Amino acid sequence: MKFDTPAGPNPIDKGRVIGIAHDRIDGPAKVTGTAAYAYERHDAAPNAAYGWIVGSAIAKGRIAAMDLTAAEASPGVLGIVTHANAGKLSKGNMNTAHLLGGPQIEHYEQALALVVADTFENARAAAALVRIDYAPEDGKFDLAAERLNGVIPPQGFGGPADTKAGDFDGAFAKAAVKVEQTYTTPDQSHAMMEPHASIAAWNGDKLTLWTSNQMIAWSVGDMAKTLGIPKENIRFVSPYIGGGFGSKLFLRADALLAALGARQVGRPVKVAIARPQIPNNTTHRPATIQRIRIGADKDGVIDAIAHEVWSGDLPGGGAETAAQQTRLLYRGENRMTAHRLVTLNLPEGNAMRAPGEAVGLLALEVAMDELAEACGVDPVELRIRNDVQFDPEAGPQRPFSSRKLVECLRAGADRFGWQRRNPKPGQVRDGRWLVGMGMASAFRNNLTEKSGARIGVDGSGKVIVETDMTDIGTGSYTIIAQTAAEMLGVDLDQVTVRLGDSRFPVSAGSGGQWGANSSTAGVYAAAMALRAKLAEKAGYAAEQAQFEDGLVRMGNQSQTLASLAGAQGLWAEDSMEYGDLDKKYAQATFGAHFCEVGVDMDTAEVRVRRMGGAFASGRILNPKSARSQVIGAMTMGVGAALMEALDVDTRFGFFVNHDMAEYQVPVHADIPHQDVLFVDELDDKSSPMKAKGVGELGICGAGAAVANAIYNATGIRLRDYPLTIDKLLKAQAA
Amino acid sequence: MKPFTYERANSVEAAAKAAASVQGARFIAGGTNLLDLMKLQIETPTHLIDVNRLGLDRIEKTEEGGLRIGALVRNTDLAADTTVRRDYGVLSRALVAGASGQLRNKATTAGNLLQRTRCPYFYDIRMPCNKRKPGSGCGALKGMSRSLAILGVSDACIAQHPSDMAVAMRLLDAQVETMGADGTKRAIPIADFHLLPGETPHKETVLNAGEIITSVTLPKPVAGTHVYRKVRDRASYAFALVSVAAIFGKDGTARFAFGGIGAKPWRTAEADAAASEGAKAVAQAALAGARTTEHNDFKRPLVERTLASLYRQQEARA
Ligand SMILES: Cc1cc2nc3c(=O)[nH]c(=O)nc-3n(C[C@H](O)[C@H](O)[C@H](O)COP(=O)(O)OP(=O)(O)OC[C@H]3O[C@@H](n4cnc5c(N)ncnc54)[C@H](O)[C@@H]3O)c2cc1C
Ligand code: SF4
Repeated sequence: MKFDTPAGPNPIDKGRVIGIAHDRIDGPAKVTGTAAYAYERHDAAPNAAYGWIVGSAIAKGRIAAMDLTAAEASPGVLGIVTHANAGKLSKGNMNTAHLLGGPQIEHYEQALALVVADTFENARAAAALVRIDYAPEDGKFDLAAERLNGVIPPQGFGGPADTKAGDFDGAFAKAAVKVEQTYTTPDQSHAMMEPHASIAAWNGDKLTLWTSNQMIAWSVGDMAKTLGIPKENIRFVSPYIGGGFGSKLFLRADALLAALGARQVGRPVKVAIARPQIPNNTTHRPATIQRIRIGADKDGVIDAIAHEVWSGDLPGGGAETAAQQTRLLYRGENRMTAHRLVTLNLPEGNAMRAPGEAVGLLALEVAMDELAEACGVDPVELRIRNDVQFDPEAGPQRPFSSRKLVECLRAGADRFGWQRRNPKPGQVRDGRWLVGMGMASAFRNNLTEKSGARIGVDGSGKVIVETDMTDIGTGSYTIIAQTAAEMLGVDLDQVTVRLGDSRFPVSAGSGGQWGANSSTAGVYAAAMALRAKLAEKAGYAAEQAQFEDGLVRMGNQSQTLASLAGAQGLWAEDSMEYGDLDKKYAQATFGAHFCEVGVDMDTAEVRVRRMGGAFASGRILNPKSARSQVIGAMTMGVGAALMEALDVDTRFGFFVNHDMAEYQVPVHADIPHQDVLFVDELDDKSSPMKAKGVGELGICGAGAAVANAIYNATGIRLRDYPLTIDKLLKAQAA
Repeated sequence: MKPFTYERANSVEAAAKAAASVQGARFIAGGTNLLDLMKLQIETPTHLIDVNRLGLDRIEKTEEGGLRIGALVRNTDLAADTTVRRDYGVLSRALVAGASGQLRNKATTAGNLLQRTRCPYFYDIRMPCNKRKPGSGCGALKGMSRSLAILGVSDACIAQHPSDMAVAMRLLDAQVETMGADGTKRAIPIADFHLLPGETPHKETVLNAGEIITSVTLPKPVAGTHVYRKVRDRASYAFALVSVAAIFGKDGTARFAFGGIGAKPWRTAEADAAASEGAKAVAQAALAGARTTEHNDFKRPLVERTLASLYRQQEARA
């Protein structure tokens, strides 16, 4: 099915199941521990041996010599995979560094060997006996020091590296009010709960992998490419995923090494990347340096805006597209954005929840707060004045598909009690706490990706959906079941959803907040095909058939789904593909964040007191799981603002704080109260679901609201994230 | 983890003897620190002696009017003990400021005193670290040292002692009671219990091989307002950047001990003596000889400010 004209009325509009808050249908399995995650698939792959990864102790250089004698002689060892015995390996399209390094070493903790043994402990103990002599080479690890060596990066999901419209320099020079500041954000780790984990088993030349992966088809493709075997010979199974946030978008070392280990020892092998290995072995969100210039009139109306971003990655890697939102969020006829990429020999940078905007808004929305103050305009009002209903780079001929930023700002401000904010910083005290309020706009692109599904009705009238879509804790199972139930007129408990298996039709996968809208649209397409088949079997005209209560109706006739499906069942498969509606219309999701913080007047400890937000993301398919996504993302925004940072040791070239004790993310006590409002919106240009993404919107701008609240509480403006006690104390002393 | 043998001791004497007679033996209590370190091969004991069932899990009054806390009393139980809460409030508060509920349920008095540093270079066995591998150098000194110590440090090591409980015990002038391999008992003032790194940061306490901690005694309660203030990067479940344990007397006197800044739980007579002069003077006295890096120099002002906060609260109470 092709979606190339705006959606008209359709069966989803009924809103009998879609749009209703439902518990996650996979919830009971998860809370009772019966949902088996990749590393626990003893049922499917009994007798698996254990693999332990040996990671590089240097960031750049070569293996001079490798001595496996002691490790091989260690108890229980079945085999050791290294570059020397793994056979010819290519590199996946989505990988920047090789998943198995050697003799060349591309980054610290890059996998150099997999030790396979009969028990986990034996594998780990033997891994410590692998002797590697290194020939280290100098590397580059300091983004700030390399900044001037930045080059134009390759184009990724974020569009071109540079954009411009009008004459920024001229307009900025003439502007009545100017803001010109530089902001920095650190490297961050996804810190999802479940580590990367896989079990591999070979049957002849056929590989089955039970794994934890957000993008099944990408990763099957990259496994095939890396091993040099046909895709058809590979099956990925990934029904449950304990979080990913982008770190499981790609084939990673656990998957490849499990496959290589299993091939070498001739039995299934399971591999998890141990928690302290994750930050340096896998991907992370790259650090940025961002320069923002805004020129406005004295009322704060923007005439010129520029956002330049520097980030680093390994050779062949990509940039953090942190200027993305600045292309679309505010008005201004004279504008430019630019991204520059420097080569760093740190581990591989890549997508983490809302790549681009999550850190871009940490800069832009603080700059807007600075502009509000410079103009003496309320920060909410400033954003309303700078709203624009079309792509400001392209002009009015490219309107937004739907854009309710102003509605979100107004509704959010009302609910939060924004009018009680004292605009003068440092005025409000509550005991030992200096109290402040801050806000920020939320913005995240809306991407739509081709997505397929297969849907069937069995002889008892039950509905089954199969797609390789993944549920990374987001609620995919539930919204897909809701979509199927709505389309076929059955109750939710009549629907079984099967996900994350490469034998199922290829879906959009979970990434870029496109998963919910795109994958349900794929189910919609398949369900339309099935409705046509059912109607035809019933002898009804497809356009007139009604699907409700387990029946197909036309006029006063009806037949049950069960009888139409028959003992064989009836199946249909289709996918949703997209035309150029995203070219004709700018598509994005919007919102407004509000935050109140307390800053200890002596120790400068920052504690969030409450957060609130209003969001417009098209149709909200399941308000309960959508809210969970938003509050989780707001929490991550607090982490970005206050504590999350991978500390780079620029001598050794690695992230020092590579475990969960040292890489801090918010705990319950950090997040006292969050309020979420969804503003009514249907987007008929996004998909037949009239939905947009919501899984990433909540992080976008949340941290800036915290930063702005700190400023309002204290009068201290920090521009280098995270905003920790040491920085606050230093700024106060200065 | 390297293979090791395990035994469950059935008397304190037997435990001490076994520990002295097997090269590379270690006691295991709650295991919340030791097992983590074993998994990373930072600790590689050949033999574990389980001391959990030696009856060292009682809290009793001493003849001197103090309290004897068994070495195996769990942190949770100690924090909740009614006598501790009434008479040694600072200890209870310090305990609950540490780790998480689950960890405190397992963690013991002796294990907490002996927990090892959280220096990130100590935790990555590929990095130089004099404490883990004597003579290999100190990765932290010119590296990332934000969380590390500024007092009692040396060129060889700037690791912090991470315990909260031990800071309160230092404030309370606790004594660590032990039994040696030959059965001799001794009581070590907590001030002398932990060693400064000097040239030998791998030597962390005065305990001899095989010497087992049997209990910690507290002297008679110290009257006054007991407070423990822990400053950290998030609201819970993080080690202290700076912590202050204090008892404010009615007469303007006070005593202070500090966590997060010292190579061991930190207390000085000079700081206590400056109590009547306020936070700035106390901080100055406590920080005499402090040595900072560019990453942890914020701990200096933070000590003063944490004290200022405590003084402010104290004034509000009065
Ligand atoms: C994630 C995490 C966060 C934490 N946060 C904090 C915090 O915020 N504040 C804090 O103070 N602590 C914190 N801790 C540390 C925790 O308090 C310690 O791990 C715990 O107190 C150790 O006690 P244990 O009984 O488990 O010791 P074990 O791990 O069993 O032993 C530790 C050491 O003590 C020795 N030992 C044990 N008993 C005896 C004995 N009777 N005689 C002689 N030697 C003995 C062992 O041989 C070993 O060397 C944290 C720990 C973790 C894992
Ligand atoms: S500070 Fe101490 S523990 Fe840390 S690296 Fe240096 S020697 Fe090791």
